[in-house]
Amino acid sequence: MQHGKYRFIVGFLAAPLGLYAIFVVWPFIQSIYYSFTDWTGLSPDFQMVGFDNYTRMFHDDIFWKSLWHSLLFALLLPLVTISLALFFSFMINVGGRRRRGGPAISGVRGSSFYKIVYFFPQVLSIAIVALLFAFAYNPDSGAINSLLRGIGLDGVQPLWLGDPNLALWCVMAVLVWSTVGFFVVLFSAGMASIPADLYEAALLDGAGRAKTFFRITLPLLWDTVQSGWVYMGILALGAESFAVVQIMTTGPGGPDYSTTVMVLYVYQKAFRDGQAAYATTIGVALLIVTLLFAAVVMRLGRRERLEF
Amino acid sequence: MGSTSGGKTPAGVGRRDLIKRSAALGLISVPTMGFLSACASSGGGGEEKAKAGKKTAKNPLGVNDTAQMEFVLFDGGFGKEYAQDAVKIYEKAFPGAKVKFSATQKIQSTLQPRFNQGTPPDLIDNSGAEQMDMGVLVGKNQLADLTPLLDAPSYDDPNKKVRDTLRPGIVEMGQFDGDPVWIMYYAYTVYGVWYSRKALGSLDEQYPETWDEMLKVCAKAKKKGIAGWTYAGKYPYYIPFSLYPMIGKVGGREVLDAIDNLEPNAWKNPAVKACFEAYFELYRKGYVLQGTPGLDHIQSQTAWAKGKALFIPNGSWVENESANVIPADFDLAVNAPSGLDGSDKMPFGTIWASGGEPFVVPAKARNAAGGMEQLRIMLSEASSKNFTDKVKSLTALNGGTTGLSLTPGLESGVAALEKAGSNVLNPRLQDWYVQLQKEKIGVSGLGEMMAGRLTPAEAIKKIQGFADEAAKDTSIKHYKHQ
Repeated sequence: MQHGKYRFIVGFLAAPLGLYAIFVVWPFIQSIYYSFTDWTGLSPDFQMVGFDNYTRMFHDDIFWKSLWHSLLFALLLPLVTISLALFFSFMINVGGRRRRGGPAISGVRGSSFYKIVYFFPQVLSIAIVALLFAFAYNPDSGAINSLLRGIGLDGVQPLWLGDPNLALWCVMAVLVWSTVGFFVVLFSAGMASIPADLYEAALLDGAGRAKTFFRITLPLLWDTVQSGWVYMGILALGAESFAVVQIMTTGPGGPDYSTTVMVLYVYQKAFRDGQAAYATTIGVALLIVTLLFAAVVMRLGRRERLEF
Repeated sequence: MGSTSGGKTPAGVGRRDLIKRSAALGLISVPTMGFLSACASSGGGGEEKAKAGKKTAKNPLGVNDTAQMEFVLFDGGFGKEYAQDAVKIYEKAFPGAKVKFSATQKIQSTLQPRFNQGTPPDLIDNSGAEQMDMGVLVGKNQLADLTPLLDAPSYDDPNKKVRDTLRPGIVEMGQFDGDPVWIMYYAYTVYGVWYSRKALGSLDEQYPETWDEMLKVCAKAKKKGIAGWTYAGKYPYYIPFSLYPMIGKVGGREVLDAIDNLEPNAWKNPAVKACFEAYFELYRKGYVLQGTPGLDHIQSQTAWAKGKALFIPNGSWVENESANVIPADFDLAVNAPSGLDGSDKMPFGTIWASGGEPFVVPAKARNAAGGMEQLRIMLSEASSKNFTDKVKSLTALNGGTTGLSLTPGLESGVAALEKAGSNVLNPRLQDWYVQLQKEKIGVSGLGEMMAGRLTPAEAIKKIQGFADEAAKDTSIKHYKHQ
């Protein structure tokens, strides 16, 4: 009996799809529409201005700076975070020395403790993390410079967030610190599902840690790594980079715009300068960058699935 | 799925089904979208305005004594008590009227949607980090002209207009182009160089009047391990609080006016160069507290209050803001910026003082007269004294401090104003061109120079470039000194 089946399916799909259209698709369309107006965000009247906002954006140095920083965030952060997380979770789950009477495959000593320690930053709100580090980076009385003084490096007192050459890296380091634990747990879960016989076979064949990692763990974990990469990249383009930059470097986004990112620039244009239309224009650019990023990662990372 | 169309293959969906589905989707979503788009902006025409009341001697603005008045206050460094006290007086004067008072730190996120819908409150203290851009509000005709308030008799003396009871510069600051007055600045801020008289005394020094003396004091302090200066390194737009009036003192008012007017080469004036070089000297000789470029305003104020640095450029709110870190025997004082030497165009004592806490009445307010009446009440001597007493800051009302016991900082502020007399400067960049002043000139120009990463000549060139860009930018409204 096929008759009525589609009506049945459509009936069920209409409501969720409608909701999706209203709350997800429609705002996108609306902001694209606003990017062609001169809406200030402070008054209900505006006019269509065609591509003016886009021309302006292409000539806006701060936009290009923020785009460059956002791209750095999207490329470097996942690379560093995921590499670190892979290393940590490998050591926790597989990398241990064989102990008498223990299982053939195990993590380093105290690995369950490390797992908790790594995950700990994840329970803190990103705002708190950013504030804590802002204090730590304080060049006058912050923890880092005090430590440097404490070990006799009086001459080395960087300005950290006050130095345009360092500020962006300082901010990125905080994001790595606060997210790496999540991926350690994610990858640990992935590794737990890899059959131990594979490792045992590799051990018998005399494979060392590095070889085991690159020949067995990484290929079998590839799907998880790939989704982790997209997830981290989108975080780095969006909410998290906004929070750390806004809280830690305050003002316009670091000294001499050294940490301005696209989301921050959108926020400033919309909620400080009364240029909501221009803000949506930058938002559209951010949307395109994010989509491109996801597409590129999915495409580059495509490979055959392994069955085991 | 088969390639033939229309046929109902068991596993897939045919073209017709697809059309049917999308039609169903469209049926639901199109009307909803239309509904939503009406919400996002361009709201309804707003409610009707309250009818005007009868104008009497007691009610010169003709407030409707039964209409509701809504007042939204920025709940910042000054708190909300002073406004609540003033609201009580309003309620007493119009017992039949209901006052809806609320205080928030999020002015823009609370009020932006209401402006968009055309239903703003009747009186707003548009202040704080989430201040709505005044230039845009004025440019889009969202504010009411406050001239009726200024021409109304003052609350204390029916023979005096409100306009004549205000401190110099207040009315002009509320204007943008032409006669209408859009903003009533309620607080009165004294900007300058803040220091501890005690710390200076322990060096056997007086406040330096020329730059040579300034360098001498700093050298003496350095020998004792104290830095001469610190400033809010992450917000270097605090530096202008003492630097701009110095430029005005050295080169005359016109130099600052030209800068405000975004005139070509305004920053290339020799006075600007001389003052930039003077400040750069502080960095070069190591008189700026180490690490200052990485400190925010609270951190730098704390370091200064702990005696790590002598001087800090700031505004009169610093006394209230740093109250918990300033030691009891600190003997806080403010002074006008030191000049270069005897050839300066304006005398020592020339200071930057101007209005703060901008109050506005929206053009689409239902009860604009009520909003203005509330302001008239706040500008009375009693309310003004109440404000000064509670939050250690002056108000726009001229005088009104007699009989109050003033804190050291406030007292020195009053003294500095008296000494300045008519030599009060009021650079407008910070309320006319927020981004230019804060980010570009402040952070990317002055901040970089004071951190030693730009020479004065490079900083001036960069800043002139920013100013020229702003002058050409058609997306911002441009203003000129009248």
